[in-house]
Amino acid sequence: MNAKYFGLFLLVAALAAPAAVAAHHGAASFDTTMEVTLKGTVTEWQWFNPHCFLKFDVKGEDGTVKNWAVEAGNPTDQTKRGWSRNSFKPGDQVTVTLQPVKTGAPVGRIRSVVLADGREFK
Amino acid sequence: MSIRFLFAAVVAAMMVPGAVQAQQAWNVPGATNAQLKAPPSGPAPRRDLTGVWDAGGAGIGGSGQADEREKARAPFTKLGEEMFQRNKPGNGPRMAAVAEINDPLSTIGDPSGFPRLLTFELRPFQIVQTPNQVLMLYMFEKRWRVIWTDGRQLPKEPDPRWYGYSVGRWEDDTTFVVESVGMDDRTWVDNSGYPHSTSLRVTERYQRVSQNTLELTVTIDDPLVYTKPWLARNKLPLKLMPPGADLMEMIPSASEAQAYTKSISSQTKTK
Repeated sequence: MNAKYFGLFLLVAALAAPAAVAAHHGAASFDTTMEVTLKGTVTEWQWFNPHCFLKFDVKGEDGTVKNWAVEAGNPTDQTKRGWSRNSFKPGDQVTVTLQPVKTGAPVGRIRSVVLADGREFK
Repeated sequence: MSIRFLFAAVVAAMMVPGAVQAQQAWNVPGATNAQLKAPPSGPAPRRDLTGVWDAGGAGIGGSGQADEREKARAPFTKLGEEMFQRNKPGNGPRMAAVAEINDPLSTIGDPSGFPRLLTFELRPFQIVQTPNQVLMLYMFEKRWRVIWTDGRQLPKEPDPRWYGYSVGRWEDDTTFVVESVGMDDRTWVDNSGYPHSTSLRVTERYQRVSQNTLELTVTIDDPLVYTKPWLARNKLPLKLMPPGADLMEMIPSASEAQAYTKSISSQTKTK
């Protein structure tokens, strides 16, 4: 993982809180021992099966922008948690806590998303 | 009360989140929704399975049915082992990395097929009875099955179907038994990649133990793949949902599977 992209990152020990439901696949691709928190701007929010996913731009310390793609559960299970098709829209400022994939690609699975107005989706 | 006041009161009520949800009758995601009032319980009615049934989280089966098969000590045949090794599931004991998964349901949007729709993502489903059929309408995939109760026999050499051919009979006043054959062998038995051949025979037993509870047992019998029959579901409890429950859409479409592959799984490949 390239640390220079994480000017705003916060690394914490993995907590016991359950990850977003991922019945389609398990955790084999994800580094479940770490959580990363990034601030960025939403570019895309897809309310899809088998996984909803959020894409957002993160500006690194050197000014370069990286587009992250992070998955949640399916729409049915996310609905039970209070998420919706309209939870996020392009341009929203978000703080995303995620478990990254092991390869170092800017991909992960969502633990939580906090909007600029303080609303939190877990 | 003036019309204007009434209108203002209705608008005000709609702006209160709790009030809006309390009136929400559509897309109720599960029987555990606290806003739904469970139907009164009581003894099982006679020869009646009608209603919407929900297995809750136990219906999802994300990691597959490996425990059940091992409990039954039903190892694979040689062919079964070969078929099993070709399947790369996203979950269960042989969980593959996301980019390696070849689950036909989640990666290319193939039908879940039968009996996988009983072992994986068994979300709420409705049972409807007609004079000569029992219909099962599943929230997941928005699929339905027709179970014939008119006394016909199962086909001898069926042309395989994604959801097979099913006939049912009442074993007693509270037990409905379904036999199915002719399932397409491109589908998996469960989410852990268990295979089956077109020789698979599935038996479902629906035991209505009370007004509000139905138990489902599913037997997998495929002598080409497994050395003996085993139970993929063993008295799985299903709860009756309120009559006004409207099921959500939960359709794993091909275009959404492709979008997920492009944005997520293809990005996880090791260079």
